[in-house]
Amino acid sequence: MDNVKAIVLRAAGINCDMETEHALQLAGSQVERVHINRVIENPSMLEGCQILVFPGGFSYGDDVAAGKVLANQVVHHLSDILHKFVEDGKLVLGICNGFQVMIKTGIVPGLNGYGKLSLTDQRVTLTDNDCGKFEDRWVYLKPGTDRCVFINPDQQIYLPIAHGEGKIVCDTDQTLETIKKDGYVAFRYVDADGNEGGFPINPNGSQDSIAALTDSTGRAMGLMPHPERFVRWTQHPHWTRLKERQGFADGMTIFTNAVDYVKRNF
Amino acid sequence: MKQWRFEISSKKGFPDIHGGDVLEDIRQLNISSVEDVVSEKVFLIEADFGQDFAERVGRELLADTVCQDWHLGKSSVPAGPMQASLVEVHLKSGVTDPVAESVKSALADMGAQQVSSVRTGRKYVLLGNVSEDELQTIARRILANDCIEDVIYGMDTDPPSPHTQPYQMEVTEIPICDLSDKQLVELSKKMDMFLNLKEMRTIQEEYKKLDREPTDVELETLAQTWSEHCVHKTLKSSVDMDHDGEKVYFDNLIKETVFKATKDLNKDWCISVFEDNAGVVEFDDEHAVCFKVETHNHPSALDPYGGAATGIGGVIRDPMGTGMGAKPVANTDIFCFARPDMKLEDVPKGVLHPRRIMKGVVAGVRDYGNRMGIPTVNGALYFDDRYLANPLVFCGNVGLIPREKCFKNAQAGNLIVVVGGRTGRDGIHGATFSSGEMTHEHEDIFSHAVQIGNAITEKKMLDTLLQTRDANLYESITDCGAGGLSSAVGEMGEQLGVEVDLEKVPLKYDGLSYTEIWISEAQERMVIAVKPENLDAIMEVFDAEDVEATVIGTFTGDKKLTLRYKGTQVGQLDMGFLHEGICKYDRVAKWETKKLSEPVLEPKDNFNDDLLKILGSYNVASKEWVIRQYDHEVQGGSVIKPLMGTENDGPMDAAVIRPKYDHDKGVALSCGMNPCYGDIDPYWMALAGIDEAVRNLVCVGADPERIAILDNYCWGDCTRPETLGALVRASQACYDGAMAFGTPFISGKDSLNNEFVCDDGTRITIPYTLLISAMGIVGDVNQCVTMDAKQPGNLIFAVGLTKNELGGSHYYKVNNELGANVPKMDIETSVEISHRVAKAIQQGIVRSCHDCSEGGLAVALAEMAFAGGLGIEVDLRGLAVSADCIKADMMLFSESNSRYLVEIQPENFDAFAKLMLNLPFGQIGEVIENKKLLIHDAQQKKVIDADLETLKQAWQKPLAW
Repeated sequence: MDNVKAIVLRAAGINCDMETEHALQLAGSQVERVHINRVIENPSMLEGCQILVFPGGFSYGDDVAAGKVLANQVVHHLSDILHKFVEDGKLVLGICNGFQVMIKTGIVPGLNGYGKLSLTDQRVTLTDNDCGKFEDRWVYLKPGTDRCVFINPDQQIYLPIAHGEGKIVCDTDQTLETIKKDGYVAFRYVDADGNEGGFPINPNGSQDSIAALTDSTGRAMGLMPHPERFVRWTQHPHWTRLKERQGFADGMTIFTNAVDYVKRNF
Repeated sequence: MKQWRFEISSKKGFPDIHGGDVLEDIRQLNISSVEDVVSEKVFLIEADFGQDFAERVGRELLADTVCQDWHLGKSSVPAGPMQASLVEVHLKSGVTDPVAESVKSALADMGAQQVSSVRTGRKYVLLGNVSEDELQTIARRILANDCIEDVIYGMDTDPPSPHTQPYQMEVTEIPICDLSDKQLVELSKKMDMFLNLKEMRTIQEEYKKLDREPTDVELETLAQTWSEHCVHKTLKSSVDMDHDGEKVYFDNLIKETVFKATKDLNKDWCISVFEDNAGVVEFDDEHAVCFKVETHNHPSALDPYGGAATGIGGVIRDPMGTGMGAKPVANTDIFCFARPDMKLEDVPKGVLHPRRIMKGVVAGVRDYGNRMGIPTVNGALYFDDRYLANPLVFCGNVGLIPREKCFKNAQAGNLIVVVGGRTGRDGIHGATFSSGEMTHEHEDIFSHAVQIGNAITEKKMLDTLLQTRDANLYESITDCGAGGLSSAVGEMGEQLGVEVDLEKVPLKYDGLSYTEIWISEAQERMVIAVKPENLDAIMEVFDAEDVEATVIGTFTGDKKLTLRYKGTQVGQLDMGFLHEGICKYDRVAKWETKKLSEPVLEPKDNFNDDLLKILGSYNVASKEWVIRQYDHEVQGGSVIKPLMGTENDGPMDAAVIRPKYDHDKGVALSCGMNPCYGDIDPYWMALAGIDEAVRNLVCVGADPERIAILDNYCWGDCTRPETLGALVRASQACYDGAMAFGTPFISGKDSLNNEFVCDDGTRITIPYTLLISAMGIVGDVNQCVTMDAKQPGNLIFAVGLTKNELGGSHYYKVNNELGANVPKMDIETSVEISHRVAKAIQQGIVRSCHDCSEGGLAVALAEMAFAGGLGIEVDLRGLAVSADCIKADMMLFSESNSRYLVEIQPENFDAFAKLMLNLPFGQIGEVIENKKLLIHDAQQKKVIDADLETLKQAWQKPLAW
């Protein structure tokens, strides 16, 4: 199909919705920014779109824990419609706070079955950075799976992070083994040469350097870095040093892949 | 209803980050008895649900069960060999608790019907043989802030009840007509009005004329509206100045200096200056940009976290309340503190340790700014021990506004609607309190002046206000800042007159008197004027996103301020008297040129040590620890970030954002401030500040023809002629500098009486501090330039004359000297240099450009080199110097103004040299592969010979917390 439609979900404290809308538009999608209250009033509005994005921000101030209050709201009001959304083969992307929401609703990694939302059997979470504070810095990301539709499996990319609670932890070593072994790791933090390491290469102390997770379908992904903040070359922190200037922006790969996937499959 | 208590702790095997931080802070206090700290979160929920539901709340909502445990009820002291002490910290009743609000809404999502209150607290278990005294010290210095929090020790006490008593209405008259002068002064003091005798007499006269006594709310309104904070009476007064024996007279100081420059320049791109909540200038054909910088010093001294958070929260509401409302697109933050490694025993009673102040202020700005989704792109930190009791917190915000929305238009018959947060007892008397000097007793007396913010309330309000603005649903808007509703409604209704029904204002809790409602400075509130026919439509937008909005009154047209409470009139003031009735002041100022001399320092052959010391001094050192805690890239407009270069850690001169996704035009932001020069002469300090702010913008590629500037004075007690004299000197420089550079002032603010009286009577006065903030326009952001050295073989030029001007320099500072030769300025040449450098950048021949300022040439070269990961070799024979600038240390460290370091590719030598013709400039060196900074003096001796790694480490170490 040519008319790709995306919904960027707003809520109290969400603040990356406009640049996410812009990135999706650049990738060729029609985009609507919608407040969660409207979706709760009328869940069927999700039927008209193929991509749902939980953007970054501080939903409900990140009170209690990052993304928790919004996750609670989503599970109590939108579980069925979101399950159907994923069942229908549509795409769900969560960026930063959106990833926190997705992991706390269980959409990723979805170890109990894809698209199943729940607040009671969470096995992986995002918690306080090891450094104990919010950090804004650029990181290199190496793909960890070839299943996820949002990523180019051979392309290392460079994006900014900006968060205080981005450390991936699993409840048991066994869970960690499962997400590693079964292709749930979408991106890992690495250095420029592709090697894992300690702070600041891994900026938050995530287990196994995990920066992003997908589900068993590869159609849902949550990532801590912000692809929507690198859609233009002047956003690169070295842009004034680079010889090849125009025409590249690593963040666009995520959005372009999503839009192209919908074009091919719907 | 039952009260459920939940305790949330880290699971075994998962780190307790907050507990670890507390332990580190305890170690900083030199208390060694504490061996470990366990921190827990406490939730107290009064609701009608049962045990099963409560367990669900613990498991599904409050705890992250992957890494946290939850416990219902009060857990006992952990068993084990170590003594355990329990401390619990709860917000005082009436203090805003944002987390509690979110928990309430989450409980509703879970299906809980009746929830009467939610409170949150923090519990600490301190392990080790901690004495009572130590426990008290830890609680007071680290765990809790007496201003806003209660501390509970041990197991047996419960936190105080959250419920307040309802208010019994009583109209209170305050007799003043028959009071003597002495009694008038006493009354002003008793009511914390901070009005002086002349003002009290003016009020007395007015009421004698009216033949009645004022009510309490009338006097409070006058005190708020006439406070130094709100009307800036000192800067508007007439001044008789004795300048080295010569008389100078100003009828209105600010009108004849700062404002006059703007008027005389008369730039057609200025849209609204000194009129609205922020100054507005043109951006492009569709949009304008506005800029405001405020201080929030006094509250930050008492509660660094809350004070700074509400500082940024407040200044964001200024562009939101400018014209018909702007969209905030960037924040700036400049802080002044005492040295963070000061000894604990040197900190006077009633003052928080500078390290705690700094950590709290940074965290407050971080948490509020980041939550608002506004990038914090520019800032500065300045350290001087005279800021010990009066830390300075400058917060700025830039907004983008459609050209046709730049002016307000309230009309009689419009409804007054208050939007956003509810009103509570927070921030009462903030405006008057911040106008006076502080003493060691302020902590107790003015705790109610401290405000706590809730960024999400403000973000929700912003989201809906922009929608209603674009739908043309309101006629005017302003923010509730200092003075609360009294100032906001009072100012908005100045031309028309208003009637307000105070009982309609939504409250956080019962018990507020009508006066408290009227003057509360509770955060996150805006006031708008709405036509009755638009009311339903506008309310629908607010309701749709859970934003509270309430009609509280009407614009009348009778030019009176009428206040009612439940139908009874409780106050009425004539708008004319309220806004114009304040008496004018005549002040005396004195300035005597200081008799200072230049020190004689030991001659030496190599200055590596001095350079390392300067790089490692707090003022020059890397601010990365602060910068990374701020989101500087949200909104996706980042072009020049605060830190760039090969390793993303080089200090950029100014920030550039691209505020519209479909245009390459940019906004550049910078600042300039040099309190050290003020110790020699505030005139040259102020000029240097303007030059530095302009220079920083030019370095990144801003157009020097389109720079607007802001002034923020922080001064001491200006009733002392010498202190006012210094302010006059600085103001004269503001006029001269703005005229020369063609940079109008578009907004400004002052904060006076930044003084502190210690319990032993010692007075601490801050240094004269003038912050110049600058905003420039970048025609095409693709042409921007950064300061990091780019390529070996490129040539380094120094543009501008290096003079024998080490007075007030960092070089003298690290050698414990002040000196006399403060950097002066040949204004005409300075302006010409800025234009020519800008031209070279526009022509695309500049590979990097760096402002030469604090620490002089050597520091600027070192920064360029390590930011680019490339060495620089310099021969000082190429440096353009004045005749008396003959020694190597002068050339290396002089802080002469108007100097730029520029990197040029060899093939552009001719083009660049041609552009610089007839200016003082010279090629001083080149970029080299070898990672070293090598500087040879005129005799070809190596005066600097240092590895980049060593230089960078020295620069990064002091604040790498």
